[in-house]
Amino acid sequence: MITVELVKLLRSRRTWVTILLVDALPTLIAVLLSVTDLGPRPGTGPAFLSAVLNDGTLFPLAAIAIVLPLFLPVAVAMTAGEAIAGEAQSGTLRYLLIRPVGRTRLLVAKLVSVMAFVLITVLVVAATAYVTGALLLGNAASTGGTVSVSGSSLSTSELAWRTALALLYAMLAMLGVAAVAIFASTAVRSPLAAALGTLALLVASTLLLPLDAAHVLRPYLLTRYWLSFVDLFRDPILWTNVVHGVIQQCAYVVFFLAAAWANFTTKDITD
Amino acid sequence: MIRTEGLTKKFGSFTAVEDLDLEVAEGEVYGFLGANGSGKTTTVRMLLGLVLATSGSVEIFGQQMPKHAGAVLPEIGALVEGPAAYGHLHGRANLAVLDASGPRGGRRSRKRRIEDVLDKVGLGGIDRRPVRTYSLGMRQRLGLAAALLNEPRLLVLDEPTNGLDPQGIREIRDLINELHAAGTTIMMLSHQLAEVEQVCGRVGVLDRGRLVLQQDLAELRKPTGRFVVTTPDVAQVRTILGQRVEGDVPGGLLVAATDAAELNRALVSAGVRVQGLVAEQRRLEDLVLAATSAGADRIDR
Repeated sequence: MITVELVKLLRSRRTWVTILLVDALPTLIAVLLSVTDLGPRPGTGPAFLSAVLNDGTLFPLAAIAIVLPLFLPVAVAMTAGEAIAGEAQSGTLRYLLIRPVGRTRLLVAKLVSVMAFVLITVLVVAATAYVTGALLLGNAASTGGTVSVSGSSLSTSELAWRTALALLYAMLAMLGVAAVAIFASTAVRSPLAAALGTLALLVASTLLLPLDAAHVLRPYLLTRYWLSFVDLFRDPILWTNVVHGVIQQCAYVVFFLAAAWANFTTKDITD
Repeated sequence: MIRTEGLTKKFGSFTAVEDLDLEVAEGEVYGFLGANGSGKTTTVRMLLGLVLATSGSVEIFGQQMPKHAGAVLPEIGALVEGPAAYGHLHGRANLAVLDASGPRGGRRSRKRRIEDVLDKVGLGGIDRRPVRTYSLGMRQRLGLAAALLNEPRLLVLDEPTNGLDPQGIREIRDLINELHAAGTTIMMLSHQLAEVEQVCGRVGVLDRGRLVLQQDLAELRKPTGRFVVTTPDVAQVRTILGQRVEGDVPGGLLVAATDAAELNRALVSAGVRVQGLVAEQRRLEDLVLAATSAGADRIDR
C-alpha cells in the first residue's frame, strides 16, 4: 500500500506543480538579488538573505527561511489535507477499505507519502537554491570562507553538515504541519477544509507569537521555534531553542497522529 | 453465508437500522429491497465494516465482521452506493491501483485479470482516456469490473444497473445469471422490482430500518389457484360460478379454478363470451407495497 501511495504521489502532476510553485519564489528572489545587487540590510528581511550577496553557498538556507513561514506549510497542508478527505470525497475511500486496506495501514501509507512529499520539496528547494546561489550570487567561499552568524568563519564541511541539520529541522517542522493536516483530513469531509483548518492554526500561531499578552502560550505555538534553525549557524551552536523546537514538533506529530488514528479507526465511513 | 443478529445502527437519535436478522444462503441471489432511506445502504456498509454497528453482530463466511475483515473482505466484491474511481487515471490504471492496494493482487496475473473483467463487463476496448471523461454507464461498468477483479465468493451490488441503458441492463442481468450459475453468492440492492424479480431467488424487504419481509420468490411464482376472466357478461358468470367468483377486476372477474381449460369450457358452453382467461400472477410489487410504507424521501406535512 505504501508503494501504491508513493507512486500515486509521484505520478500526480499536482505534486510537481506544487513543488515548482514553492520553488519559484526563492528562485525569483535570487534572480532579483543578482540583477539589482540590492540585498536587505543585515538584520532585516528573511534570515541569511543579507549574507547571500557575498556568499551564494548560504542561499539554500536563505531559500528555506523564505519558504518556511508560509509557502511550504501551505503546500504541505494541501497535500496532507488530501490524505483521507480527498479519497472520501472522490468515493474511493470506501473501495480502498473494502479491498481491504486496513485503516491503520492506509493512514501509515498516507503519512509516508506526505513525508516523501516534504522530503522532496525541501530537497528540491535546497538544490535549486544551491545552483542559483552558486551561479548568480556572491562566491565568498572560494575566496575566504563562510562567515557564521556570530562572525567567526566556518569551513566548508562544517557549513555542509550544519546545512543538512537545518534541512532536517525544516522537514521536522513541516511534519508537524502534516500531522495536523492529516488529523483534520480524517475529521472533515472536504480536503480543502482540512488544509484551510491547518492553515488557520498556523496563522493563529503566527499572530499570537509577537503578542505579549499571549506569552504563556508561546512555548506551545506551532511556529514558535521554526526559524530557530538559524541558531545552528552560530559559533558555538546555540542548541537551546533548536532542542526545544525538536521536542515541541515531535510532540505535535505524536499527538495529532494519535488523534488521527483514534478518529479514523473508529469512524463510520458514510461518504 | 451472511448472517446478522439484532443488527442495529443509530446515528445520534436517528435509528437507521433496527434489530435486523438477515440471512443469505450460499449460492443464492438475494434481493435486498426497500425504499430510499430505508437503511439498505447502511446495512451493506455495516456488512462490509465501513460503518460500525451500534449493537448486534454480523457474520460472513462464518466469521465475525468487522473483527475478521482482513480474512473476509478479500473474498467479497462490492459496489457500494455508486462506482468511484480516480478521475485522472484511465480505466485499466484504476483497476491496477485498486488491485495493488490490497491482498491477493498478484502482480503477475494482474494484467490478465484486468483484461478478463473488462471483457466481462463490456469494456474490453477502452482506451487510455481518463475516467473523468467516462459516461455514467461506463463508470458503472468499471465499478462492476473492480468488484469482480478478485473472483469473489460473494458479490454485494448496490443498484448495479444504475445509469445503464436497456441494452446494458440486460447485459448485467446476463452477467449476474452467469456468475450465479458459477456458484457466486450475490446480494443485490435495488428498487427496480421488475429487475429483482427476474434475477433474484429470494428477497428481503426493509422498511424504515426494519426487515418486514423475507421470502422465496419461487413461492411468489407458484400458481395461486385463481384465474382472471375477462368478459362483458359479468353477471352471467356470477350466476354460473356462484361461490367460485372471488373478486372483481377491471373488465372481468377473479375466479378460483384448478384448470383453465375446464373453466373455459364451462363458461363457453354456457354461452359466456370469454375475451381472456389468464392465471393470476402475484407480483413482487404488490407484495412489497403491502409490506412497506412510503419512502423516506417523501416528507408529508
